[in-house]
Amino acid sequence: MSSRRWRESSRTNMSEEQITQLLSTLRQLLPEIPHSHSHKASSAAKVLKQTCNYIKTLHREVDDLSDRLSQLLATIDADSAEAAIIRSLLT
Amino acid sequence: MNNPHHLNPTSLKSRFTTRFLRALTKIRAQKPISSSSPTEIFRRYRRIKVAADKSMAYSVRSRRIWSRAMLWKLRSRSYRRQDPCSGRRFGKTNQAIMKKSSNENTTTRREDGVGFVEEADELRQLVPGGETMNLCNLLDETAHYIKCLTTQVQVMKKIADFYSF
Repeated sequence: MSSRRWRESSRTNMSEEQITQLLSTLRQLLPEIPHSHSHKASSAAKVLKQTCNYIKTLHREVDDLSDRLSQLLATIDADSAEAAIIRSLLT
Repeated sequence: MNNPHHLNPTSLKSRFTTRFLRALTKIRAQKPISSSSPTEIFRRYRRIKVAADKSMAYSVRSRRIWSRAMLWKLRSRSYRRQDPCSGRRFGKTNQAIMKKSSNENTTTRREDGVGFVEEADELRQLVPGGETMNLCNLLDETAHYIKCLTTQVQVMKKIADFYSF
């Protein structure tokens, strides 16, 4: 019984408009794909698929960078001066 | 004071950078770097990866479902390492909680009637805590998670480039 109430309240809470809005927010975060066939009408499934691929790519990048940093670790001694330089490079 | 060229000290990027650099210095101090056995290198790589996730999760704190899930996971990992017995108990409890929420979500998902259940499920596996999120939360949390991941990559790249020369 409580599960039915959960279902119904979830349906009223998630209007299609809300979902469309959230999906478009996501789409704007994704890197542009030059040879995509669909221009504006990318289906929700496509956006989610691209999102999954993008997250996997980012995870892989973090992995590679962790590997790179592990090899550079001998030279990393980030005192306050170096930390300040790095932070200024990030703006 | 209002220098547009300086990194905002309270920004996520700045908080992450400070924490991560501190963690890297600590990792370097732990073991002699001269030893380059494959196990040592792999351990270093693991520690750095955990430090990157930890620094990000602590910079976001408990403001997001995904960061809370990640913090939970990191903390239970460290408990497990200290006391193997308590860890097993933790693991079972976590699984029980996850199973319960995912059962409720399975019912909701079937009722949604939208054509992307599979893709949403795949996304749930990639976002920390995703298994317990309904669709709206999942989309919202994913957007924030992606922003944080790109920040993480950007900072790590800058640090690696800085120390490469």
